[in-house]
Amino acid sequence: MADIAPVAHLTLVPALTAILELRNVSKQYGETVVVDDLSLSVQRGQCFGLLGPNGAGKTTTLRLLLGLTTPASGTLTLCGEPIPERAPQARMRVGVVPQFDNLDPDFTVVENLRIFGRYFGLERAEIERRVPALLEFARLESRAGAQVRDLSGGMRRRLTVARALINDPDLLVMDEPTTGLDPQARHLIWERLKSLLASGKTILLTTHFMEEAERLCNYLCVIDSGRKIAEGKPHELIDSQIGCDVVEVYGDNLDPLRGELHPLATRTEMSGETLFCYVKEPAPLLAALHGRTGVRYLHRPANLEDVFLKLTGREMRD
Amino acid sequence: MSEQDPRPAAAPAAAAPRHAPMQRQHYPQPLLPMNMRNWTMVWYRNFMVWKKLAIPSMIGNLADPMIYLFGLGLGLGLLVGQVNGVPYIAFLAAGTTASSVMMSASFESMYSAFSRMHVQRTWEAIMHAPLTLGDVVLGEIMWAASKAVLSGLAIMLVAGALGYARLPGALLALPVIVLAGIAFASLAMIVTALAPSYDFFMFYQTLVMTPMLLLSGVFFPLEQLPAGAQAATQVLPLAHAVALIRPIMLGRPIDNLALHLIVLGAYAAVALVVALMLLRRRLLR
Repeated sequence: MADIAPVAHLTLVPALTAILELRNVSKQYGETVVVDDLSLSVQRGQCFGLLGPNGAGKTTTLRLLLGLTTPASGTLTLCGEPIPERAPQARMRVGVVPQFDNLDPDFTVVENLRIFGRYFGLERAEIERRVPALLEFARLESRAGAQVRDLSGGMRRRLTVARALINDPDLLVMDEPTTGLDPQARHLIWERLKSLLASGKTILLTTHFMEEAERLCNYLCVIDSGRKIAEGKPHELIDSQIGCDVVEVYGDNLDPLRGELHPLATRTEMSGETLFCYVKEPAPLLAALHGRTGVRYLHRPANLEDVFLKLTGREMRD
Repeated sequence: MSEQDPRPAAAPAAAAPRHAPMQRQHYPQPLLPMNMRNWTMVWYRNFMVWKKLAIPSMIGNLADPMIYLFGLGLGLGLLVGQVNGVPYIAFLAAGTTASSVMMSASFESMYSAFSRMHVQRTWEAIMHAPLTLGDVVLGEIMWAASKAVLSGLAIMLVAGALGYARLPGALLALPVIVLAGIAFASLAMIVTALAPSYDFFMFYQTLVMTPMLLLSGVFFPLEQLPAGAQAATQVLPLAHAVALIRPIMLGRPIDNLALHLIVLGAYAAVALVVALMLLRRRLLR
């Protein structure tokens, strides 16, 4: 998994224009600052990844941009509309996939799509015209009449994505789209999202899966404690933040070994049972490790996970 | 844990004055119903769900008032005989019509709306579409009022068929029933806005609804109460609903028509606004 190249969709991107813009946005609850002077802009055609550990302010940022809460300061523009003043008008052009499932349990699969179309003010005939394509997109053609509670987690998430597309939105806002899904279901969601990107949709997603970010996103913004701590294209972030290879060493009692390897590396770091050595020239360090008993090691290029952990620390978050 | 690994200080955008005095700006958040169409979609959603289980739902809603009507009306009616010049069951039928409006509207606005708001996150999904909180709340209140109208109407028709109310004249009470339904649905929505869980609704039932049921002239004429208590019952919206519905159903002239309508209308309007404010604090903060 180490050699996944960042996905480049840039060839498909037409003229770059911002579909979403946050300028110096802050939000606080009581004394707690949840979003702190955050500025970011999402261009049309982009797949923009908002990364951050739990509690970093990702979900609050999405609520702010949808006009579901008001900032303390700053300006937001979504689909050309000032937020929150004209949030309902902006939401006409947006599809939302929330972190926690809110499909309507009183309805079947197809009824969920229909009622959502009604919320957008679509005519009955127009909804019926759109539904078959959405069922096909979600791979739920054979489950159209099923009760939502009888669907698997992956099916529910696909239905939620299909529901978010009923208004043919310009921008899809997704809060942790694959959290809680098994690998098969996750891969199918990724494949569906790539097909949306290929058709010219813009996606803003939050995630803490670095593999998801590497596969889908062509622009990333890392936030922590409500503040932006880095942004850029995935490979640029890897180059600028890490800029070398990584050798992971596993074993017991690594402290003495760390002292020995440290001069051979640009930087070393311990996390639990693993020693991370960041190296520009891996050969001497690998030679030093070669043939040792009691340790295993892995040499790989740097990836987004390294960037994420470097920026947000290795401590547990909750 | 880490050695040469300082957490980066500020963002690249640190050039902007991060700790400039943060004055709270005013951001007008769309809250009121957007138009007269959006809320009907919320009503329509609830109607479509109700339609699936319409028969059991109606039986469930009507069983309670019908048992009161026939149990008390026939049983107690034997002892009581005539009240205000009509058989007790006819007197009670009008009161039960009004009280079933209160019950239906309140329960729908509490338990059912709370499920959709809190448990199923249905409101959240709707507000991801271009609807405002005002659209959702108005749709829910109008839906609860619709169910209340259905119960009130059913009891009225049963009473009419059995000769306890004058048909079709009794149907003139429909606008009053609609207004009372909106008022009780809005009042209960305040409770929903404050409820941490379903248990909370029990307070409203035992501390507000039950006393109101007993002190609004549903089961006995309010003139039976001492003068001070009689005056106090005039703050109860159900007393005003009964004071309007009973004379209409019995084909008698209404005293203080405007006063009763104004009180019910004021309860509806004020409660709706208060519920909306509380729900904004709960859901959109």
